[in-house]
Amino acid sequence: MNDACFQLKGSAVSIIVLELYHYSVPSFTELLGDKVRQAPQFFQQSPVVISLEKLEETQSLDFASLLEICREFHLQPMALRGVPEHLLASARDCGLALIPANQRNSTELDTRQTEDQPDAQAEVVVKKIVEEKLVRRPSKVITRPVRSGQQVYSEGDLIVMSQVSAGAEVLAEGDIHIYGTLRGRALAGVTGDTNAKIFCQNLSAELIAIAGNFILSDSLQNKCWQEAAYISLEDENLQVRALS
Amino acid sequence: MAKIIVVTSGKGGVGKTTTSAAIGTGLALNGFKTVVIDFDVGLRNLDLIMGCERRVVYDFVNVIKEEATLNQALIKDKRTDNLFILPASQTRDKDALTQEGVEKVLDELSETFDYIICDSPAGIEKGAQMALYFADVAIVTTNPEVSSVRDSDRILGILQSKSRRAENGDSPVEEHLLLTRYNPTRVEDGEMLSVADVEDILAIPLLGVIPESEAVLKASNAGVPVILDTEADAGQAYDDAVQRLLGKELEHRFLQVPKKGFFQRILGGR
Ligand SMILES: Nc1ncnc2c1ncn2[C@@H]1O[C@H](COP(=O)(O)OP(=O)(O)OP(=O)(O)O)[C@@H](O)[C@H]1O
Ligand SMILES: [Mg+2]
Repeated sequence: MNDACFQLKGSAVSIIVLELYHYSVPSFTELLGDKVRQAPQFFQQSPVVISLEKLEETQSLDFASLLEICREFHLQPMALRGVPEHLLASARDCGLALIPANQRNSTELDTRQTEDQPDAQAEVVVKKIVEEKLVRRPSKVITRPVRSGQQVYSEGDLIVMSQVSAGAEVLAEGDIHIYGTLRGRALAGVTGDTNAKIFCQNLSAELIAIAGNFILSDSLQNKCWQEAAYISLEDENLQVRALS
Repeated sequence: MAKIIVVTSGKGGVGKTTTSAAIGTGLALNGFKTVVIDFDVGLRNLDLIMGCERRVVYDFVNVIKEEATLNQALIKDKRTDNLFILPASQTRDKDALTQEGVEKVLDELSETFDYIICDSPAGIEKGAQMALYFADVAIVTTNPEVSSVRDSDRILGILQSKSRRAENGDSPVEEHLLLTRYNPTRVEDGEMLSVADVEDILAIPLLGVIPESEAVLKASNAGVPVILDTEADAGQAYDDAVQRLLGKELEHRFLQVPKKGFFQRILGGR
């Protein structure tokens, strides 16, 4: 029946973006090392896009060493984003995909496409990707504690009616609700849903992440620590608020 | 049908073997036919603590390999009626225990015993998993310190996911927390976690708190389970734990720093 050997599809993938401000081998190595040590599993073989949109003016950039350091820490650089004109030649030499500076959202993309090239065909394709239906996946309900060393994944929302121990990890493509103490890690919106939220009765987490944006316990201490809280993503920043 | 109880912890040296001997003896004293099995193949010290090391002829591995019958390997305790010990082998390696073999032995013991106590080796790997696989009840032995509590949490996860009950979708293994080597003075000084801290982190019912006590060392040197030392705080605490296991509701004791008596205060002794 189907003799096409492949099909092209549009898809949105959530990815870590490493936004480079300035670059020197020692400081980059040190900072990246710190980050990875704090959350080694999170970074293990993770694909990364290196964004140069916010890079300070610089004559040149040593792409080879930059990529080598990333790989040493088990990151997988996939593409460079927003490479400035004068660095384009050397960027091409390193063999990664080059993608243009960030378009904030797909609607922008849509209008630009129609203005620049009023090609009906292209417009349809773009719209299709944008309108891809959100399918509601069933939520998963866990009634017992999630213990150290255990991992729970939900393709929809995740509801834990007990605690999540230190050393345990809960992940959901949707929201996460924890009706107990969260001492371990909670990662919501793991396939890129930036509207995902995390709710918990007692925030004592090792790590919180929404759509790939994460914070570690050190940075959580000053807001709602050990209190009922919810966390959401606003302008790429995680916001912690009291649940009252 | 016997009830199978595993005494487990993750972390080593927290008091599993001491507890297995004490609880096993306590159940037997209450009239239940009880056998304590040493799953710590290669280390073997249950028989030392129970004072029967010189009577070991055959062991658990011999029975599994059908080199001896259960009756040949079981050691009847000299002091306590209804109490038996199935010792581990000192010479074999840990892989000698197979799941089918263990199941066969437990099934056979189940026919005549009321309680089977499995003294688990330390760790969370194969040996510990073998000891807990068939359990109906788990006594999670924990010391009041962070690393022990963390390991107990991991063991609870394994009980939840890798026990026979979990695999068959039966009702979950009954979980009990036994806090051992508890030292109220060090808790007050902030050097150890308190009972409340540990209960909060592990969130399972508290079966008992066994104080840190010299009586334990004395008892194991003498090869007498500490529960038989009815004068000692640790002996009494184990007895309370057995009563709770049998369904009695008792208040927890030995949680506070003992108040110095009048003469001790005058004389400045401790
Ligand atoms: N309540 C207590 N007070 C004082 N010492 C104790 C107490 N409980 C256990 N001990 C001591 O701790 C040591 C370890 O005890 P035990 O052998 O019962 O631990 P275990 O968990 O079986 O160890 P392993 O993991 O090696 O099998 C022994 O020296 C024992 O005497
Ligand atoms: Mg032992």
